[in-house]
Amino acid sequence: MESAKLDHAAPPRAAVLAASERAAAPRRFSANGAAPYGYLSPTLLLIFVLMVIPIAMVVSYSFKDNVIVEQNPVFAGLANYTTVLTDPDFLAALKNSFVFITVSTLAHLVLGLAFAMLLDTPLLGGVTKAVFRVVYLLPWLFTVAVIAVIWRLMLDPAGVVNYILTTVGGMRQGVDWLANPATALWAVTFINIWAGFPFFMMSILAGLQGISADLYEAASVDGATAVQRFRNVTIPQLRPVLISMAVLDLIWTSQQFALIWMTTGGGPLNVTEMLSTYTYKQAFSSYEFGTASASAVIVLLLTMIVAFFYVRLQKER
Amino acid sequence: MTGGGTGLSSRLRRLLGVMATAAVVGVVAVGCGGSGEGSDGTVTLEFAQWWAPELPAGSFDKLMADFTAQNPTIKVKLLSGPYASTKQQLVTGAASRTLPDVVGLDGAWVSDFAKQGAIADLTALMAEAKYDSSQLASQIQVKGKTYMIPVVNFVYPLFVNNDLLAKAGVTKPPSTRTEFLDAAKKVSALGGNVKGWALPLDTAVPNGVQNDVMSWLWASGGSMLAQDGKPDLTNEQVKTTVAYVKSLNDAGVIAPGSLTMKEQDKVEKFTTGQVGMVIDSLAHITLIKKNNPTLNFTVAPIPAEDGYTGKRGIPYASWGIGVAASTKHRAEAFKLVQFLLSRQTNAQLSTLANGFPGNKTAEPEFSTGDPLFKTAFDIYRAGYPANEFVGLPKSEDLMRSFDEQLQLVLTGKASVDDALGKSQESWASVL
Repeated sequence: MESAKLDHAAPPRAAVLAASERAAAPRRFSANGAAPYGYLSPTLLLIFVLMVIPIAMVVSYSFKDNVIVEQNPVFAGLANYTTVLTDPDFLAALKNSFVFITVSTLAHLVLGLAFAMLLDTPLLGGVTKAVFRVVYLLPWLFTVAVIAVIWRLMLDPAGVVNYILTTVGGMRQGVDWLANPATALWAVTFINIWAGFPFFMMSILAGLQGISADLYEAASVDGATAVQRFRNVTIPQLRPVLISMAVLDLIWTSQQFALIWMTTGGGPLNVTEMLSTYTYKQAFSSYEFGTASASAVIVLLLTMIVAFFYVRLQKER
Repeated sequence: MTGGGTGLSSRLRRLLGVMATAAVVGVVAVGCGGSGEGSDGTVTLEFAQWWAPELPAGSFDKLMADFTAQNPTIKVKLLSGPYASTKQQLVTGAASRTLPDVVGLDGAWVSDFAKQGAIADLTALMAEAKYDSSQLASQIQVKGKTYMIPVVNFVYPLFVNNDLLAKAGVTKPPSTRTEFLDAAKKVSALGGNVKGWALPLDTAVPNGVQNDVMSWLWASGGSMLAQDGKPDLTNEQVKTTVAYVKSLNDAGVIAPGSLTMKEQDKVEKFTTGQVGMVIDSLAHITLIKKNNPTLNFTVAPIPAEDGYTGKRGIPYASWGIGVAASTKHRAEAFKLVQFLLSRQTNAQLSTLANGFPGNKTAEPEFSTGDPLFKTAFDIYRAGYPANEFVGLPKSEDLMRSFDEQLQLVLTGKASVDDALGKSQESWASVL
């Protein structure tokens, strides 16, 4: 038995015998063996049709010129990748995406943890906590279109945010939050943070409620302060949840398109241009499906790197 | 085979049966869609457009029922959706050669679809049907062949808030650029959040360049293209137009937030009395009156350069129609085109849409419509429809590149000459 030879610890004898009997049996097609694949086949078929084929097509498009718009596109090698990677707009989109994704993810983590701890406090009654949970969860329940409209209205130069800042906040003049190149990227990042932190909050809250009270009691007996209990009990216990959530959020935020499109459209002066909006414009405005595909493949590769770490993390757990 | 084997085999057969059934259901479901010919010889045409949702509920279905009543062997299946999703559907359909038989078109898409070979040459179809094209108000051509016929045209005059202008001491709508700047300054001086004009320059849908910027150029008889169709953005008239828009910005009469302002924001600001004047589609009259029935406003020609006495170009957008190159029912598809452009139907559709007919002989019903519609029709007839983006390849991309340069000018990061020079360079690579 090949597997028995490789194992450092010898397997039980009965298991070895059973395995050798299975190995000795003639390998032939049986209904028993095919049935699982049969049950899997609808899913496999769907994955093949809806994921494998489109991804393969996009990858193939990325190596062609005048793809889709001309009936006979020509092979262009890596020309589309060169065009995209040397395009200042793409590089700006890459930089903006990096800022948007990292700041959003960090803020989601910090705010999610802070609000989860507030909701986990023993100082509030069950009903009060339930009410606050619903209130805090609301931003996550809105669709992106609603979020975009709400914040466009609130951040309008004549909107409620500027009204408060000028009447109560002591500012002399309102700010064009979404139309000013100096503030637009931070404004859309803020909206994304607002819309996304409740999901973190609920996930971390579930994690907090899973931490044994014994650990806190033991730490208190040892004389640990609240900060020390947070650093040495809460954070280590939450680490798997925090890391998984952070990695997933990196992937989700990198795919954010609708919010940007409906608030700033990538402007003003491209300061909120993201990889997603850049790709969309290449495809549906410039009709350059070759460069759009190359851009999409680059985004796919970057996302796969993050996904790889996520899968490895899950396996380790 | 053993008994167990028979049982397994039976289970496997059942499983395969379920899969086969699912596959057949899938194929049938797919096969049910699309145009086709019934066993009784009836042809069903697919007609994708964004018009039905913008018309009074059910009115477009009624027109299609009238068409079927006149042509009992042709049925029409409407594929209706908002403008943006219709565009995406058609771009995808054009790429995969699966366009519906008849398609609603915007002039900005025509060149690209024609280049792809996705839409049919209507010149040939008109000849086959012996159609008298002299009754058409306009045709959109690419390399001398018609690919789109405007069915209804929507013009973009200047909308003026009478109350705000009166409050600011302006007695009549401005007619020249100087008068406009003066009126906009006076309205802005009213204070609060009120400004003289709104300029939507959002780059996601950059049609503000066409409707709100180039309209100033066309109103003074200018052109952004040379005789041979090449870009001519560095000519004196374009320079003075962009410099004029910059002067409006420098004077502080443009509503803030213009760099990411969308068309709907512009309409909203006018409706709520936050801006005194906007250049907007006539199609929005109903919406504005619905949202603010007390708003006292009128429409006027777009102001021209001081001393200009020629005819004024007025920007327009169209509900255009075309036929898919891949349709198997060319004759039937063109019958639908003919029906929509017939004198009676075209007048009816124009009245319903608050637009102007694509058939020169059709007369919309002014008595039942809004009086502003009649005023706008007079403005339209006194000038000429002008939209140089219609028929240009990648027109949205052209607008966006111009938009980005204009934003640099308005934020003081580029001079008018530099911005126009770069736009010229960018457009020259496309046109």
